[in-house]
This record gives sequence, structure tokens and C-alpha cells, in this order.
Amino acid sequence: MRKRHYHLCGNYKESYEEELAIFETDFGRTWLLIGMFVLLVVIPLTGSEYTLYILNTIGIYAIAAIGLNLLIGFTGQISMGHGAFFGVGAYAAAVMTTRMGLPLLVALPMAGVFTAVVGMLFGIPSLRLKHLYLTIATLAGQFIIEYILVQWEGVTGGAEGIMVSNASIFGIELDSDRAFYFLIFISLIVLTWVMVNLIRTRFGRALVAIRDNDRAAEGMGIPIFKYKLLAFGISSFYAGFAGALFAFYMMTITPEPFNMWLSIEFIAMIIIGGLGSVSGAIFGTIFIVSLSEVLSMITEFLMNYGPAASVSITIAPLREFIFGLSIVLFIIFEPKGLAEIWRIVRSNFRLWPFSY
Amino acid sequence: MSFFLHLLVNGLSLGFLYALSALGFVMIYKSSSVLNFAHGELMAAGAFLFLVLTTWAELPIALAFILTLAGCFLLGFVIERLFLRPLIGEDLIQVIMLTVGMAAMFKGLLLFIFGGDIHQYPSFLPEALNLHLGIIQIPSVYVATFIIGILFLVMFGFFFKYSSQGIYMRSVADNQPAAMSLGVHVRRVFALSWAIAAMVAAMSGIVLGIINGINVHELSSIGLKVFPVVILGGLDSIGGAILAGVIIGLLETFTGGYISTSLREIIPYVVLVVILMVKPYGLFGLKEIERV
Repeated sequence: MRKRHYHLCGNYKESYEEELAIFETDFGRTWLLIGMFVLLVVIPLTGSEYTLYILNTIGIYAIAAIGLNLLIGFTGQISMGHGAFFGVGAYAAAVMTTRMGLPLLVALPMAGVFTAVVGMLFGIPSLRLKHLYLTIATLAGQFIIEYILVQWEGVTGGAEGIMVSNASIFGIELDSDRAFYFLIFISLIVLTWVMVNLIRTRFGRALVAIRDNDRAAEGMGIPIFKYKLLAFGISSFYAGFAGALFAFYMMTITPEPFNMWLSIEFIAMIIIGGLGSVSGAIFGTIFIVSLSEVLSMITEFLMNYGPAASVSITIAPLREFIFGLSIVLFIIFEPKGLAEIWRIVRSNFRLWPFSY
Repeated sequence: MSFFLHLLVNGLSLGFLYALSALGFVMIYKSSSVLNFAHGELMAAGAFLFLVLTTWAELPIALAFILTLAGCFLLGFVIERLFLRPLIGEDLIQVIMLTVGMAAMFKGLLLFIFGGDIHQYPSFLPEALNLHLGIIQIPSVYVATFIIGILFLVMFGFFFKYSSQGIYMRSVADNQPAAMSLGVHVRRVFALSWAIAAMVAAMSGIVLGIINGINVHELSSIGLKVFPVVILGGLDSIGGAILAGVIIGLLETFTGGYISTSLREIIPYVVLVVILMVKPYGLFGLKEIERV
């Protein structure tokens, strides 16, 4: 039996292998197994349809947020078009299943690949543009894609949208939140696993080098344009895959939800969660989705509550206010996000009673 | 021919409006390198303040105008103090998202107070400003806008050229550490640039309100239109912003008039991407020389 690893009170790493290890201790591995068990067995058996609906939404957005985190958090290329890429994936999946009759398991990755190609197309300006100029170029991409989704009626159905019906895997109809729960969370786990390992490779380190100083990275022999394009491609693949899941889950898609606000929400997720951290992207998604769900529950409650019903319509814009406020407060008071808070809490336990 | 002239006049005045709203934006970027996503909401805030002062408080127009500008000057000051000051030295993305959050806050607040309807100012512009040039007619609003705009541009030109604060602002824009070591109060310059930018935004908000009616959604979407304008002109060039404003304005009206109205909204962005591929720092933007 090999030696068990426990938490140490300092940094005693002696090799790069130890530095790169995903699990510093055996506790992490155990907790992950327990977490997987809860996620895939306990929750789907006990959760209500409503809980599962919220979790499914979180799962879908988390996939896209993890992808965006690769682009913004690791490569340092700020993209404001992620919401549109999400939409491209949704439409690609819808067109593939309804027009071409492809099965779900083929359409999902194909939609991701298609979106990756589109994302690389809109990543081409990153060859010459940097910082704010690139940000605005991707914002332009967002508006151009939105326009295409609305205007190209022959394929996208215009403002009417597309109905997606036949969601089934090997003859099993995915007709409940519970069935989708397994599809979404298995995808999330696999894609998270891929991402966590991707950023530990030569490729991931090259991206971080580009983020920190792209000229220096180029000097060290990293072909920066190729790597930037690949980062755009992979992050768009995640967005497209999530979008395809969204299309199958929602059954009907219209261009409406894939607006600039969605792109902003994705960025808010990874900023609140913590840039450059895969778990942070998931934390951030949980925070944003729960926040908007709680806010809409409050509005709904007030709408049905007699005396407040008349003012409830005027209260609705306050949702946006609270949303903005939470982003602002997070950025001012904890710019490193929830992942940093989680790290501090953990190290407090580890270093107890001498924590500071 | 008359259709062409009509479009030309409309495009020029629209472009001038864009240039005017881009002005405050460039000012913030020049001194503090902040990309302000809340610009449209600042314009809306100014427009609604003017609305309250004219219709609810029933002040005379000139007094209301001056009070609005003063109020927004203060607002810009407070915004810088509360939100931007803690972020000096943080990453670009944090600052961008902060202004996005601010935009959501202002929009929510304004919608909460005034609702999503279109409000109107009482008409106060003299009929004499209604120009007839041969076959084309220029509405008084555009003429007034043009006069006010030129007035402000000249005033800012003198401010930056001759006043000590203006020179400080230019020095900070040029080289922040050098300015700091020469004793320029950099934080005060940031605050002042936000205050002035909010003031200019209020002015363009009022003008847009006179033309289209005052509506929160409308004004905040025009705030987004500022992006193609400033990027096309080069983020840190005021002259470039004016020229790019006119280019985008003309492009929009001519596309809307001759090709299709739905393409009108998107054409600035398409042109933007194409031009950026050729000139990555816009038409007149300062090329950044990077050293490793």
C-alpha cells in the first residue's frame, strides 16, 4: 500500500509533478468520490423537479462558463461574444436534428465543432488586435451573429425560432428534468475533466504565458496566433456544446435569449467565481443562476401577494439593480472571486489554530 | 437628389450626435484607460435630471440646463470616488465588468423611478432656428445641437490647451508615472475627467431626449453605439471620435435609406471589424509600442 498524503502546513513540494497534481491529498480524492455519488445518485433520486430544473440550468451554463474561463482567465483574450456562440451552438443542434435528422449524441458534439469553427472565425481579429480593441471586435461579433440569427429566416426560422422535439438517446426518450439531469451532468463532468487536464499540459502553460505577456511568449517560441485561435476554438466548442444542450432542454429556441446580456452574464459568472480557476467558473455559475432565480421568486411572490401586487411591476427593474450591485460589490471587495474565498476558508481549517 | 440630400443632412446630424456622446467617453479613456460601459446610462441620468427640473420643478430652461450639468458633474465625481478609485491597478476585465455592473444598476434604478415609457420635454427651442436651405429643411433641434456642440468643443479645446487642470489631464493621459513624479495629483485628474465626462454625457443625453423622446432603453442602446465610433476613431483621439462619429452616422443613414433598414443597426460593426483588421488602433489611435 502506498503512502497516504495528508494536508501539510506549508508548501513542501519538491518536484513539478507534485506541483501539477490535481489532488494534493487523498482527502481531495475521497471528497470527489463522495461528491460524485451525491451528484449522480442522491440528488436525482431525492430532488424535486424544480430543484432538478435549477441544477440543469446551472449545469448548462457552467459548461459555457468553463469554456469562457479558458479564453479570458487563462489566455487573457476578453470576449464579449460568448452569448452569441452559445446561440450558434443551440441553432446548429436544432437545425441538425430537425432538418438533417441526426441523433442527439451526434448533434451535440457536431454543434460544438461547428461553433468552434465560427468562434475561430471571430477569433481571427486577435491576430492583430489587443485588449480593448479586441473586446470591442468580439462585441461586434456578438451583434453580427445576433443579426444573422434573426434575419437568416430560411435556416433559423427568424424571430419564430425552431422547435426541437426528438431528444432521445438509443431509443430512450429524454422527456423529464431527471433524464436531462444525467445527460447534462455527465457532460459537465467529462468536459470539466478535459479542461482541468488541458490546462496542465504544455498547451495550457503556453496559454498562460500568452496571457502574462504575449510578446515574451512569442520570443520563447510559442506560435501565439495559433494558440489564440485554438483557445477561441476550444472555448467556443464549450459554448456550442452547452448551447446544444440548452436547445434540447428548452425544446423551442428563439434568437431572444442569446443577446449581449447573456455574454455579460457569462463574464460575470467567471469574474464572481474567480478568473483562471475551473472550480471558480462553476461557483460563479451557481451564484449567478441562484441569484437570478431568488430575485425572480421574490418578484413573483410580491406579484401574488395582495397589497404589494400593484407595486410589483415597478419593483421588477430593481432585479437588474441588485444584479449590477452584486457584480460591483464582488469586484470591489473580492476581485479574485469565490474561488479565493473558498481557498481562504480551506487554509483556515488547515492551519488551525494558527491561521491568520 | 433631394432624397440624397435629406439622407446627407440626417446622417451628418446623427454623426454629430454620436461624436458628441463619444466625446465624454474618450475623455475617460484618455486620462484613466477605463472603457465605460455605463455611458448610455450616464446620458439617461442627465436626460432624466433635466426632465425632472423642467417639468416637475418647472425651472426656466437655462437654469435647469446649468443645474443638470452641475448635478451630473457631481455624479461623475461620486462614481469615480465610490466605484473606480478602489480599482486603480486592477485588471482590464475587472474594470470593464465594474462599469457593466454600474450600467445595470443605473438602468434598474432609472426604470424603477421613471418606468420604461417615452417621456417628452416641453418644447422650448425658438422657431427661428428652423433652417430652410433651398429644398432641404433642417429641424431646429439639429441646429441647436450643432451650435451647442461646437460651443462645447471650442470650450474644451481651450480648457485642455490653456488651463492648468487641462494641462494636468493631458499630462496624465500622456504618461501617468511621469506626471505623478512631476507632482500632478493623478487621482484628482481621474475624478475630474469622470466629472467632465458625466457632464458631457448629460448634454448629449438631453439633446437625444429632445430629438427622440427620453427613454431608458433607447438611451442605453445608444451608449453601446458609442463603441464603434470610438474604436473606429482610435480610443484616445478626440478628433478621431468626431470624424468617426460622422462616418458612422452617414453609413447608418445611407444604408437605412438605400439598402435595408434592418441592416442599418449592424453595418457600423461590420465596418468596424473590417477597418480594425487593416488599422488595429483605429484611424487615429495611438500605436502602443510594447517592450517585453
